[in-house]
Amino acid sequence: MSAAISAHKIQDHGVSAQPMAAVPVALPRSASIATVRNLRKSYGQVVALNGVNLQVHAGELLALLGPNGAGKTTLVRTLLGVARPDSGSVSVLGADPYGGQMQARLGAMLQVGRVPETLKVREHIDLFSSYYPNPLPLEETFQIAGLADIKDRTYGELSGGQKQRVLFGIAICGNPDLLFLDEPTVGLDVEARRLMWAQIRTLISRGKTVLLTTHYLNEADALADRILVLDKGNIIAEGTPSEIKARAMGKQIRCTSRLTMEEVQQIAGVLSVKADRNAFELQVNAAEPVVRELLQRDSWLADLEVTNAGLEEAFLALTKNHNTDAKERN
Amino acid sequence: MAATTFPALAVPRRPLQRTLAIYAKEAKYELLKNLRIPVYAISTVSFPLMFYVLFGIVLGRNDPGSPERATYALATMGCFGVMAVALFGFGVSLAMERGQGWLQVKRASPMPVSAYFAGKLFSAVVFSTVIMLLLLSVGIAFGGVRLPVWTAVKLVGILVAGSIPFSAMGLAIGYFAKPNSAPAVVNLIYLPMSFCSGLWIPLFLLPHGLRVLATFLPPYHLAQLALNAVGLGVNPTPARGHVEALLALTVLCLGLAAWGYRRDEGKTYG
Repeated sequence: MSAAISAHKIQDHGVSAQPMAAVPVALPRSASIATVRNLRKSYGQVVALNGVNLQVHAGELLALLGPNGAGKTTLVRTLLGVARPDSGSVSVLGADPYGGQMQARLGAMLQVGRVPETLKVREHIDLFSSYYPNPLPLEETFQIAGLADIKDRTYGELSGGQKQRVLFGIAICGNPDLLFLDEPTVGLDVEARRLMWAQIRTLISRGKTVLLTTHYLNEADALADRILVLDKGNIIAEGTPSEIKARAMGKQIRCTSRLTMEEVQQIAGVLSVKADRNAFELQVNAAEPVVRELLQRDSWLADLEVTNAGLEEAFLALTKNHNTDAKERN
Repeated sequence: MAATTFPALAVPRRPLQRTLAIYAKEAKYELLKNLRIPVYAISTVSFPLMFYVLFGIVLGRNDPGSPERATYALATMGCFGVMAVALFGFGVSLAMERGQGWLQVKRASPMPVSAYFAGKLFSAVVFSTVIMLLLLSVGIAFGGVRLPVWTAVKLVGILVAGSIPFSAMGLAIGYFAKPNSAPAVVNLIYLPMSFCSGLWIPLFLLPHGLRVLATFLPPYHLAQLALNAVGLGVNPTPARGHVEALLALTVLCLGLAAWGYRRDEGKTYG
């Protein structure tokens, strides 16, 4: 409540100093639209966020990448003002979002178990549009979210991809300055996912600022200007998609060897080893030093193969790196 | 690298006209949503109607006192119907929408939470009115019910207003029951409470113990108000006591619901 009051005060006393346009345009790209400082939040014994810092810049798509349970949804809920931080500060569009006073300028696509099924797509969008001061015209929302062909169907009649598009439409219908997309493509097939990506790109081309959470590295890579990797409530990496990929894209070495699993494990640069039939499979960051070491230690080494690790392995490598770093620090 | 801070543009206060428009849309779509759920729309209307026809009209239709019996059942079955609308339409639907994350989507938008609850109350009032008018028409057409217009208006008005305390009860249940168990919880409260309050079998036919128990149950008080309106109250007590009991129920349930609402804020949903 206090933030709302102070925001009104600013409006009262600083009219000439503040641009009064409903939609602020031409903000410098470095302008911070949301700032989070040292945010901590626990649910009982479970630490969801453990001292998170981040900034969302105007006009960017920031992807928050992390496995399930990393704290992504909690972070989004805190920025939306529906969850209260235990400590730390959160500022969204220049005010404290807690209590929901900034929601008129935000949009959110959240993960939801079930949406009332007997209302038509048009009715859902019409209702949510009415909540916002400057909503998009309904037809425009239908067009951006790809709902024009299904607007007269009830929600219960829709496919999984179409349902996600309705939730996307609900998120954008208020013409928000900052949009949260919490795992927008989870559970979708490839085609529906591509369609959703195209819609998100349309929004970015219109200059919207988007914070997207995902546990797919390829999704963050395909859409984001910047990626933050979140794991167990901590931000463990930050960079452009190519930087993150370079850090994450490890190599996989496969070979048969007389060495024992423990001996292989001890080689510097080996992130993990598993036995696959009579061969070892090693996850590493850089292949060359490990191969050199392997050949030196075992002159019988055979069937050597070096491949790019898959995205999932790469992601594991990234989070595992962080964990070993942390262990070393302790 | 100090980034420019975003200017704190205040969100303008919503004009009254737009707030009212939100309430109207919320109410309209809540009603539409319920009307299109066959299980809800049909069962909440047809069960009280069916029981009314059975207990109030068909059984003992050749008794000399059958019109009186039909009038009596109009009040008690009306009470039964109004309760179902409030407890299922408010309680079960809130428990589901809350537990399945839909309420969270709404609360992430600038919707005033009060509009959400007002929409549900509106839907309960409309369904209650429809049920009462149906029962009244059937009673007049087939049960020999004859009431002065003002008395009929009073009866319908009392029972429809009775959906308010039971909506408050639904609200409290909705904040504590899990989505899957909510229908069972409501039935476990609703059916025994209806029976013990004399909605099925008139209280004067029940054992003394149950008659004492009834005075502690909310439906008893609503039914007595309705029966008093048509001049059939047992051992007529002043209306004030019944109104006070229902008011106390409303306040208690709203308090419980407010507690549940706060408790939700610390959880992963709400």
